[in-house]
Amino acid sequence: MSEKPISRLQEILTKGEFAVTAECGPPRGANPGIVRKKGEMLNGYVDAVNVTDNQTAIVRMSSIAACAHLLHMGLEPVMQLVVRDRNRIALQSDIMGAYSLGIRNILCLSGDHQSFGSQPDALNVFDIDSMNLIRTVQTMRDDGKDMSGFELNDPPRMFIGAAANPFADPFEYRVIRLAKKIDAGADFIQTQCIYNMDRFKEWIKMAREEGLTEKVYILGGVTPLKSAGMAKFMNNKVAGMDVPDALIKRMAGVPKDKAVEEGLKICQETIAELRDIKGVHGVHIMAIEWEDIVGKIVKEAGLTPRP
Amino acid sequence: MIVGEQKSIAEIKAIIAPYKKILIMGCGTCVKTCFAGGEDEVAVLASALRLACKKDGKDIEIEEFTVERQCENEFIQEGAPAIARNEGVLSLACGAGVQAVARRFANTPVLPGVNTTFIGVLEKQGVFTEECSGCGNCGLAVFGGICPVTRCAKKLLNGPCGGSQNGKCEVNPETDCAWQLIIDRLKTLGQMDNLRIYVAPKNWQTSLSGGPRKMVREDHMI
Repeated sequence: MSEKPISRLQEILTKGEFAVTAECGPPRGANPGIVRKKGEMLNGYVDAVNVTDNQTAIVRMSSIAACAHLLHMGLEPVMQLVVRDRNRIALQSDIMGAYSLGIRNILCLSGDHQSFGSQPDALNVFDIDSMNLIRTVQTMRDDGKDMSGFELNDPPRMFIGAAANPFADPFEYRVIRLAKKIDAGADFIQTQCIYNMDRFKEWIKMAREEGLTEKVYILGGVTPLKSAGMAKFMNNKVAGMDVPDALIKRMAGVPKDKAVEEGLKICQETIAELRDIKGVHGVHIMAIEWEDIVGKIVKEAGLTPRP
Repeated sequence: MIVGEQKSIAEIKAIIAPYKKILIMGCGTCVKTCFAGGEDEVAVLASALRLACKKDGKDIEIEEFTVERQCENEFIQEGAPAIARNEGVLSLACGAGVQAVARRFANTPVLPGVNTTFIGVLEKQGVFTEECSGCGNCGLAVFGGICPVTRCAKKLLNGPCGGSQNGKCEVNPETDCAWQLIIDRLKTLGQMDNLRIYVAPKNWQTSLSGGPRKMVREDHMI
C-alpha cells in the first residue's frame, strides 16, 4: 500500500487513534432523505459509516447509492459489498463505480443467506467467496489489474475491510480464517457483536500470538441491547451470535423501563474493555435501526470529539 | 446416483388431464433406488391414479411399463410398442430420462412425473443427501473429500462463514456445516495445513454456467 492514506479511516488507524465506526442501514425504498437523516445522527461522532448491502437478505436501497448520499454530506462511508447477489463481473464493476464516486473504504462480505430474507425464493450467486473478493480488491489496488489480469486505467484504490466472527464454530479455525483474510489483503477487520468477552479475549490472544494484530486493524463490534427479549432473540435466532446467559439474566433482572439504560451500560463496559485490549484498534457500533443512540454512546465513552 | 422425488398426485393429475390413454414409464436405475420411479412406484402410482380419476368420474386407461434405463436408447426402444398404444407418456425417470424418451418419440407428449432433485448418496435407509453438483472441475483433494461447492449453502471455498454453530449450518440446523466436516476430516488426516491454502476463484466454465455440457469419448465411438 502506498504511504499516503487512502481514507480518513485508514489515517486514523495508522496514527494509532482508537477508531469509531457505526452502521447505517439503507431504507426499504428510494428516499435519500432517510439516509441523510441517519447520516446527520452519526455526523461528528464516527470516523466512518458502514453502509450495509441488503443486510439479512432484505431488499433495500443499494449500498453504493446510500454511500454516495453520505459522501455528499461530507461523511466517510465504508461500502459493504456481499458476494451473494453479484457475480465477479458485477462485483468488479461496482468496485470501480464506487471508487469513481469517491468511496474509499470497502467491507468484503459473504452476505446473509437469502433464506433469512424477505425473498427466500431468490437464486444466490456466490460466484466467488469473501476471501476471493478481498484478494480481488487488493489486486485492483496494488497491481492495478482486474481478475482477468487486464491492466486498469486508473484502478480503484480501496482501504480493504473484512469481517470476523470470533463466536462462530469451529473456534480453533477462526484465527486461521483471520490470517487468511489478512493474507488475501484485508487492512481492517470489523467483528461480530461482542457479548461474550471471554471468548473474544481468547480469540484476540490467539491472533496476537500469531502476530496478526500487528498486520491488521481490528475494530470490535458492539450492539446495544434494548431488552432481555432482544438478548434472547440475538442468542437463539441470529446466526453466529453468542449472548452469554449471565448477560441475558442481567438484562432480565432490571425493570422493563430500565432495560435500555442497562443495555447501554453493558455497551459502555464493553467499549471500555475493548479499549484496554492490546490488538483492538477501534469500535464498530451496530445500533440496528437505532442510529440516534450512537452519538450518546460515543460521547459517554469519552470518544468525542473525533479527530 | 440421481435422486428424484415423485410429484404429488394432484400435480400429476393436472399434468395428465388432457389424455385418456397414458403410459406410466418407469426407470430401473437411479430413481428406482430412491423409490421415485422404479417398477414398484409405477404400479403404486398407476393404482392411485386409477382410483383418483374414477373418483373424479374421469375415464382413463393407464398402462405400466418400466425399462432398465430411460437415458439409453437401447432400453427406451423396448417401450416403443407401449408408447405407440398411448396418447402420452408420464415418465418417472429423472429429467434426462424424460428428455431422452421425448427426443425419440417426436409425436408423443412425454411428461414428467418426478422432480429430479440432486446427485446424491443413500446416507442410510430412506435418507438421501446431496453430495455433488457436477461442476466439472473436482476439487475434493484439498477439501478432505467433502465438497463445499455442493454442501455449503454459500459455496465457500476458503472456510466456514460466521454462521457455523455447533457443527450445523445457519441455513438449516438439520444440515451439517460442510466446513466443520472438512475441518474435522482434515484434522483426522493430519492435513490441517490445507486450511491455510488460499483457494482461488473457481472456474465455472466446466459447470452448467458454460451452457449444457457434452462429453465425447472418441475411444468408445463406433
